[in-house]
Amino acid sequence: MISKAAWATALRVLHQVQHDRRTVALILLVPMVLLIPWVFDDHPEVFDRVGLPLVGVFPLVSMFLVTSITMLRERVSGTLERLMTLPMSKLDLLIGYALAFGSLATVQATLVALVGFVFLDLEAEGPKALVVGLAVLNALLGMSLGLFVSAFARTEFEAVQFMPALLIPQFLLSGVMIPRDQMATALEYASLALPMRYGLDAMERVRDRSDFQWELALDAGVVGAVTLGLLALAALTMRRRTT
Amino acid sequence: MVYEGSAVSISGLVVRRGGMAALDNVTTSIPPGTVTGLIGPSGCGKTTLMRSIVGTQRIVGGTVTVFGKPAGHSSLRTRVAYTTQAPSAYRELTVREDLEYFRAIVRAPSTRVDEILDRLGLSSLAGKPCGNLSGGQLHRVSLAAALLGEPELLVLDEPTVGLDPVLRGQLWKMFHEMAGIGTTMVISSHVMDEAEHCGNLVLLRDGQLLAAGPPQDLKGKTGAETVEEAFLTLVGSSGESR
Repeated sequence: MISKAAWATALRVLHQVQHDRRTVALILLVPMVLLIPWVFDDHPEVFDRVGLPLVGVFPLVSMFLVTSITMLRERVSGTLERLMTLPMSKLDLLIGYALAFGSLATVQATLVALVGFVFLDLEAEGPKALVVGLAVLNALLGMSLGLFVSAFARTEFEAVQFMPALLIPQFLLSGVMIPRDQMATALEYASLALPMRYGLDAMERVRDRSDFQWELALDAGVVGAVTLGLLALAALTMRRRTT
Repeated sequence: MVYEGSAVSISGLVVRRGGMAALDNVTTSIPPGTVTGLIGPSGCGKTTLMRSIVGTQRIVGGTVTVFGKPAGHSSLRTRVAYTTQAPSAYRELTVREDLEYFRAIVRAPSTRVDEILDRLGLSSLAGKPCGNLSGGQLHRVSLAAALLGEPELLVLDEPTVGLDPVLRGQLWKMFHEMAGIGTTMVISSHVMDEAEHCGNLVLLRDGQLLAAGPPQDLKGKTGAETVEEAFLTLVGSSGESR
């Protein structure tokens, strides 16, 4: 059951993003543009391998950035303090954010998947809707990570620095660029603790097989669980009473 | 609902911030339906006291009761409204979008936004992004958001700072009108002149309560002509007794 306060929050966040036309353009266009160069690569098998996982990476990264900055502004501008004095629960606020960025990510993932499948010969054995669904799940993971880390930044400058610190290592160890069996054993084990790996593994599974796979459900489950855990941690960083 | 007794009662309130006592054993009460001025120099604990009243301040000791409930109680969230000293609004949103959001959260009727815009002379700015407003205009938007829910207790942290004198006069008139229909107003200021507008005063200095009561009582007690003089007299006598 989604409360009116959560719907109002979702609408408000979307209005905020919508007024920043450049951000909207960057979110929607950049993933498509970044997919195109792969087509001209001399080794089309590389795009066949990394294309689909990349469809999952873009929403995660952009929602992480947009969310961490939006929430940071909320904390710094005093609007969060104001909301905490109003008849609204933290859950309403988090659900509102999830609705807003989830829908934005759906549009983004649909567009990039559409361009990939229609124009760039991207292929998936499994259902294409599942590709979009997993991309949105990845976006929600990025969003919850962004909500959580916004508590540890004082400025937008600091918030942006969390991307190289938290996302790039996850991407490098995810196995998309370098297969995990070619990594040092320690790094291979380290990747087990990184949530992005599971989201991208799930993408690889839809790419390779069309039948139902328990492994895929498990991967998606891990991403979902980590997302919920991070949301709970983010809620803990929003306090009604502060010193 | 008319509340009998004090709107706010504060007893033995102690707040520590950064290892220092921001409020040191403050005991006072605020009568309902008055304009109470929270007066004192910058850094004396006005904001801390206001945050304690709305329940966003972590306190070390003492009690703060609002309409008979502990400050910050969930049932008070529809009855108490607060504006911070720095105006809080969504800079990316237009004035109307910002207020529509807060209206939805406090569950006020949809006609309320236009009513408040009109009352604060903001109608012509409704379509402008909050980020493009002047400081004074943004202050009014922040104040407007607090008025949407028709709160019974309104806590305003320096709402008239930096406003032009005409507008300041209009706001004080509005505060008195609101008190006239039963709203309890708590307004902080470091400008002593503004104390003269208040029906009731709480004077703070260095986290301690200097005096509280109607301005004429404070002036009478100290033999002063103005609140500023009374303040100085009180500071002098509290200094001697220490």
